[in-house]
Amino acid sequence: MIDSFLLIGLPYAALFLCVIGTILRVNYYGYSVTSHSSQFLESKKLFWGSRLFHSGIVVLLIGHIVGFLIPKTIIFLTATPLWLLVIEITAFAFGILSFVGILLLIIRRVQVKRLHSVTSKMDLVVYTVIAFQILTGLTIAYFHRWGTAWYASALVPYLRSIFIFSPDTAVITTMPLMIKLHVISAFVFIGLIPFSRLIHFVAYPVRYLWRNVQLVIWNRDLKASRASREKRMGIKPKNN
Amino acid sequence: MDIRSQIAMVFHLDKCIGCHTCSVACKNIWTDRKGAEYMWWNNVETKPGTGYPTKWEDQSIYKGGWVKNGDKLELRVAGKPTGLTKLFHNPDMPVMDDYYEPWVYDYDHLFEAPAGDDQPSARAISLVTGEPMDIKGGPNWDDDLSGTPDYGRQDVNLRNLTAEDQEAMFQLERMTMQYLPRMCNHCLNPTCVAACPSGAVYKRGEDGVVLISQDKCRGWRLCVTACPYKKTYYNWTSGKSEKCVLCYPRLESGQAPACMHSCVGRIRYLGVLLYDADKIKEFASAPEDQLIDRQLDIYLNPFDEKVIREAKKNGIADSTIEAAQKSPVYKFVKEWRIALPLHAEFRTLPSLFYVPPMLPVMGKMTDGIYESNTENLWGKIEDSRVPMQYMANLFSAGNEEKIREVMRKLMAVRYHRRQVTVNDIDDELIQHAYKSTGLTPDIADAIYRLTSLVKYDERFVIPAAHREEAIEMIESTDDRKGSSGFNENKGYKRVF
Ligand code: HEM
Ligand code: SF4
Ligand code: SF4
Repeated sequence: MIDSFLLIGLPYAALFLCVIGTILRVNYYGYSVTSHSSQFLESKKLFWGSRLFHSGIVVLLIGHIVGFLIPKTIIFLTATPLWLLVIEITAFAFGILSFVGILLLIIRRVQVKRLHSVTSKMDLVVYTVIAFQILTGLTIAYFHRWGTAWYASALVPYLRSIFIFSPDTAVITTMPLMIKLHVISAFVFIGLIPFSRLIHFVAYPVRYLWRNVQLVIWNRDLKASRASREKRMGIKPKNN
Repeated sequence: MDIRSQIAMVFHLDKCIGCHTCSVACKNIWTDRKGAEYMWWNNVETKPGTGYPTKWEDQSIYKGGWVKNGDKLELRVAGKPTGLTKLFHNPDMPVMDDYYEPWVYDYDHLFEAPAGDDQPSARAISLVTGEPMDIKGGPNWDDDLSGTPDYGRQDVNLRNLTAEDQEAMFQLERMTMQYLPRMCNHCLNPTCVAACPSGAVYKRGEDGVVLISQDKCRGWRLCVTACPYKKTYYNWTSGKSEKCVLCYPRLESGQAPACMHSCVGRIRYLGVLLYDADKIKEFASAPEDQLIDRQLDIYLNPFDEKVIREAKKNGIADSTIEAAQKSPVYKFVKEWRIALPLHAEFRTLPSLFYVPPMLPVMGKMTDGIYESNTENLWGKIEDSRVPMQYMANLFSAGNEEKIREVMRKLMAVRYHRRQVTVNDIDDELIQHAYKSTGLTPDIADAIYRLTSLVKYDERFVIPAAHREEAIEMIESTDDRKGSSGFNENKGYKRVF
């Protein structure tokens, strides 16, 4: 009962909240979407904290997504001991990076007085969830070896079963507690995205890469308006 | 040819009295809010000095503006794609201590303090932490040359002056200063726009005002670093960047921006310049010694038939063209060429021009007496109190000859007016002044008039914003009819 609540109910609730919440927040509450950077108030400590944390967490996140998308390739790769070792050590290293990073960030938040005025209660929740998530991740990596291999073969099927709406918890319920905790806290994390500062990475501005260097926005497309034979005047330029 | 219209400005520095009325007018309207207390969209600096934020002109610290890399123009901070890697932590961004920590005084304590032996005092309370603080600096810490050893001597514009010239600027007998009111330049080639990865910073097509969409800004802060004038600011509470909006709601209703309207010295002018947007890239990457001339080339003559035709083809309203013809900015910048952009070497093509001040140049002392004889017409400029190189570093990308040209014209106007009012100058000298500057008595009178006599309507020639057409693009005017005229017409619709 408790298993199906935490491993089926919670994931669906989290994913639903995440998708709907993100769409609504970005489209209707754009003003609230920001990195909430605190660099202006404190820069030196942020350098180490933010750089270490982000380089670690972004790589790990991408790793989890890749494993989820192409499990067969990962299973194939990790069948070779050398590859398994390389992938495992890399992942562990980035885990350490992000853990040191989040610790530095938390210490900075506490130490620097100026930051107190820009710290919300939700920020504290976010720190807790992320620290817990990384800590369980590292524990699993150390005590339940070769996670890159069994993640792809045993856990991904469960995750996929959630996404195709026929949840199958047969394998995961037999897994060690630590792994269950990691999965559950991951869904808590996902559910939090639209309701916390975590929304900031959804807004990662990749479009910058192909947009014009300069951006000019017209209220109305003057030329098109004048040439237009429409009864209703005024043509909105594409970028407005 | 792609003709656009730009609202441009001229500040006549000889008239600035350093009263900060402009800054206060702006603060009261726009930045008197939490997170924005430290922002001065308009500020007035004393030169020589380090300014606000401290040493903003030193791009080896702040990495603002464009640099030429071969033929290409690149952002100094990081454009595509490197900009995207600086989001987590941007090492070149100014932080609060480079501006100042905002504070209030605990005035209540003066009234509420219990009786005691000492007078109560109002302590400074930080607006960030809410706790008592020691004030270490403020937006005008070096006003009127205070703290010159720490500030004036650190002025970045002294870098290529000879040691002798530098020393001369700080001798008590020769000490000079001038005010430099600054605000966003609403550049034609803005780095703040180019550096914003979210596409939140944009230039308005109709009048060239540069704005930041508060809905689209994601707090990546690259505009703060990229603007070489440090005129975008990060709001530390809202997590969004903000900048001067050129009082666009006032402009749209035909009023001058608050800083200009309130200017006590009446140093400020505002008007339309027509320019050719196709030329921005080419002219912004001109060799350094040609930058000033090339920038002036980009602005077009609003009386030229061809320009008018092309402008109309581009949809520029007749009223805007008419405003361009009456523009005081066009006269100062193009016709008379006595106004120059600040730090053209940043290559953003700023739309704010300065008439450099004569007073610190002229006021030289010989034997303790101010020199005021008129025998040697240009002598005073050549051995002026302020090294010309210093003025050139500010206003002509280091090109001394350009600044001298302007100074000679300004001087010629003065001689002309002295001739008219006192009539004690040798005619030969006057003729020489006209000839070598290209001025005529009529032009000199026109400069004199626009400098010192004209009223509001001639200092600010604001084109109609044509809101009526702008509305037609959002909704049909038929729908608008009968609505309240405010609140985006959303109020009366039933949602469910
Ligand atoms: C993908 C691209 C990402 C970008 C561009 C990005 C960018 C940023 C920026 C600019 C800040 C503000 C730092 C400052 O104070 O100046 C920040 C903070 C933060 N980010 Fe990210 N981030 C990304 C991904 C992530 C991910 C995947 C996570 C979590 C799983 C995350 C968690 C956080 C947290 C917890 C903070 C707060 C740090 C603090 O102020 O103590 N970020 N991020
Ligand atoms: S001066 Fe204004 S328009 Fe120019 S780069 Fe700076 S903020 Fe942008
Ligand atoms: S209000 Fe005018 S005179 Fe006074 S400081 Fe500002 S620009 Fe100068």
